[in-house]
Formats: sequence, structure tokens, C-alpha cells
Amino acid sequence: MKILVPIKRVVDYNVKVRVKSDQSGVELTGVKMSINPFDEIAVEEAVRLKEAGVATEVVAVSCGTSACQETLRSALAMGADRAILVETDAELQPLAVAKLLKAVAEREQPQMVICGKQAIDDDANQTGQMLAALMGWPQATFASKVAVGEGVVAVTREIDGGLETIELKLPAVVTADLRLNEPRYATLPNIMKAKKKPLDVVAAGELGVDVAPRLRHVRHAEPAARKGGVKVADVAELVNKLRNEAKVI
Amino acid sequence: MKTLVIAEHDNSRLATATLNAVTAAARFGGDIDVLVAGQGCDAAVAQAQSIAGVSRVLKVEAPHYAEPLAENLAVLAQRVAGEGGYRAVLVGATSFGKNLAPRVAALLDIAAVSDVVAIAAPGRYERPIYAGNVMVAVESDQPVDVLTIRTTAFDAAGSGGGATVEAIAAGPDLGLSRVLGRELSKSERPELGAAAIVVSGGRGLGNGENYHRLLDPLADTLGAALGASRAAVDAGFVPNDYQVGQTGKIVAPGLYVAVGISGAIQHLAGMKDSKVIVAINKDPDAPIFQVADYGLVADLFDAVPALTTSLSAG
Repeated sequence: MKILVPIKRVVDYNVKVRVKSDQSGVELTGVKMSINPFDEIAVEEAVRLKEAGVATEVVAVSCGTSACQETLRSALAMGADRAILVETDAELQPLAVAKLLKAVAEREQPQMVICGKQAIDDDANQTGQMLAALMGWPQATFASKVAVGEGVVAVTREIDGGLETIELKLPAVVTADLRLNEPRYATLPNIMKAKKKPLDVVAAGELGVDVAPRLRHVRHAEPAARKGGVKVADVAELVNKLRNEAKVI
Repeated sequence: MKTLVIAEHDNSRLATATLNAVTAAARFGGDIDVLVAGQGCDAAVAQAQSIAGVSRVLKVEAPHYAEPLAENLAVLAQRVAGEGGYRAVLVGATSFGKNLAPRVAALLDIAAVSDVVAIAAPGRYERPIYAGNVMVAVESDQPVDVLTIRTTAFDAAGSGGGATVEAIAAGPDLGLSRVLGRELSKSERPELGAAAIVVSGGRGLGNGENYHRLLDPLADTLGAALGASRAAVDAGFVPNDYQVGQTGKIVAPGLYVAVGISGAIQHLAGMKDSKVIVAINKDPDAPIFQVADYGLVADLFDAVPALTTSLSAG
């Protein structure tokens, strides 16, 4: 079984982002970029399925600028077999990414796509569901456990009230939640090996997909900062403030 | 400027997120239809009918809607949205809505807008990105927008309405997925997403036993819901549905009590719109104190029982 793992290059989760002074977006110059943490979990899951003999090949794919090659190399260092960059300098919104991934999936014919449930930059939480819709495949979002059976996959999902286990017919799209696994650190030998693994670059324009943005992000702003409050000396003062000042109890 | 709200329900009860979505739909200023797809869902239909501001309830019953699976629901919603001439399709930004809305949008060849917190006008939305550290104004000229609604940003619609009910034809059963089982947390406490007071615990509690020994009595005294940081959930103190944060639940109660939570930005993203925030932490430099209205630097193992005792003494 071949698994396709879409990954996104995002601002590293430790970076405190700043809005550009013209409000056109977030400052990305000189900012540390990394693989989206949820996608890293997806790579780990695919690699584990290969190590368990369930998957035969893990293909990482990213859509974006040539800088995404670096992100793909980190997936290769974790154990993906090869990588595809769908290269474009254009702004890509989730629907456009889903359409590009559909074109890739039609070429690659994977039995499963595993991706992160959301990217930590736009927090959209859309691409996996959109890809599943466009392919006509079932979907299991927010996965915390994946068990592949004969022609099916059972996925335990983190839902609002607890956990839900659903069974999907393959091929299917699974999106990874935080507790699906704990991604490994790439070892130095594997980082060296990753440099020699195949990484194909496909121009987005070759895929014949309409990637024009449908939404305009017209103004970015930092939310009104919460004013820091006061430190109270002890429990008695805290209770007093809550009762008589905040009046919330 | 008609809008369609997709109801979230378990056939017998509507989720409160649906009421928040109706309030958001009212910002469009036109008729509001609510789609209730289920099996044996008369009770949910009756509740939808009574929501103030709703014009019509579109009722669809079929065995393949007994469970809220995205594949069958999305195809149905695509048809209803396409036929109905709606300006927007709205659903609460819950695990149900987040799962379903992008699938509906893609079938309609429409960009979805996630976690909408404000609607200035049709096609003019605001939403948080980067874990709530940036707010972005989004403009759309699409014929129909598909929105998930951040429930804490819109009040629940009231009752007292008298919508008409229209039975409509079911869509196909695609047979792509089925539910094998659920493990739902059972609790007598208020629902985390809608509670007036939330008591939330973090890694500082050390283990699940301490979490419950210290926080259960405090939550009971306050009539509060219980929440947790990601660290506490990852460490197995409590189940996943307790998690508050960027990728967990978003809450905005009147009072949020953070116990032994350092305050990573991913956690703050889920609770910084609370009205009053209390932090109890022994580390005076913990980032949680930067957003707390009242900070108590103390050993939580002493402070929490003292707080519970003090509060129950009235």
C-alpha cells in the first residue's frame, strides 16, 4: 500500500509572529520555518505503517515555493521514501492545495493519504476534508489511532465528547491529531541519507488546476492585548477579589 | 439573503453550537433555514423549530443519517445548498462542523472560512489565525460562503420561534464509512464549551489522581466544568475532550481558573477571551500570569484545597 503524506512549511511553532506594519500579512522575513507539527505526526504514522509492513511506500508531497524542498527533506529524513514538490510562488488557499493534491493523487494512486488536521499558520483545518471530497473518498479527521485492515481502515477520532471509532473503505484520507503518535527525531545518518532520496519538482502550472485565491485576506491585526492583572497575596485575598471586585462568584 | 444552518444533533438533542450558528446566520439579515438530517430525529427537529429567528426546518430522515458521517451529509448539504439559493451555509466550529464544512465547500467548489468570530456584512468576515495571535479580515465575492462559527463569539439563539417543517428527500447512501463505536466522557458537570465557570489543570498537578483529588471538589463547589492543558492530556491525567487550546476546545467563560498551567500560547489561544482569568502557579514567571486578572503565586497543593474550603464556607 502506498501512502501519500502532504506536508506544509509553516512558521515554527515557537516563533512569536508579528503583523507587518501595512497589515498585509505576517512578517516572514528571517523567521524560522518548520514542517507543520501535525504533518510531522502524519509522516511518523505513515513511516510506522511502513515499518510494520502495512505500507510499501511513503511519498511526501508539498505545495509551495522551492524552499519547501527543505521541509520535504525533513520528511525524508524521518523515513519517507521519496518526495514531490508542487512548485509555485503563488498564494495557495486550502481549496487550491486540495486540487493540486488531487492531481498528485491521481498520478500516484495511493491507498491512503495521511495529513495533519490543520496547519498552525492559517489554522484552517480544511485541506484533508477538501481532498477527500474532491476524490470522492471517505475521511477520518482528528485521528488518534489508525488500524489498517483488508480494504478498510479503522480510525479512532478525537471528537468533542470523547472518542469515536469509524471504519472507512480504502482509499481514504486520514488527518492526524496530536495524540496519534510522537514523531521521532531524525538521526544524523538518516538526514545524510535523505539528501540522496528522490525529490521530484513539478511546476504547479503543469497540473492544469485553477489555484486562484477565492478569498482576500485584506487586513491583519494583533488582537487587543489582555491587560495583565494583579498578583494576590493569598487565597483569602483571591476570594475577596472574586466576590467583591470581579463579582464572578 | 437566505442562509442555511446545518444542525448538529444526536437525533434527540440539538447541540448548543447550532444555536450559536443561528445567531451568526441572523447577521445576514434574511430567512434562516436549518437542515436537520437524522433518523428518528423528531425531537431535534422540534427543538430546531422553536429556535427564535428560524424560518424553516428542512427535515431529512434516512437510516444513513442516523450517525453524523461527513460523506453522506456533505452530498446532501451540497444539493440543498445548491437548490436553495443560499448566500451562506453555516455550522458551528465543533468537531462535527470542522469535519463537515470543508467537505461541503469543496463539493460546491467554494472556499470555506473557518472559525468565524465576526460577520461585518455578507462576504466580510473576521477570523483568528496563528493560534489567535493574529486576526484577519476576510473578504469573499463567492456566490455562497461556507462558514464554521466560533461558538464563543456568538450568543446562543433563544427559543420561542415557530418555524415550519418541510420534509425533503434524502440523498444517496455512499456506503464509504460507518461508526464502530464511541467512548464518550460522562459527566454531571456543565459542558466545557458552554460553562459559566471553568476550572482547568495543567502539568503542575503531577498526575491524574492529583488532578481529580484537587480539582473535582473545586469544580463541584463552583458548579464549574473541568478543562486541561495539552500537557495534562498528553500525560494521561484526563481524556482528550478536556483539552482547552488552539487545537482543543475554545472557551470563554465568565471565570477561568488555571491551576498549574504555565500558559503556552497554544493554551492561551483557547481561553484568553474568558471574562476573568485566575492563575495559580508556583512559578512567578509563568506566562499565564501575563493574561491573568488575578494571579496567585503559590504551591497549588496548598492553595487549591484552601480555595475550595474558603469558597464552600460561603
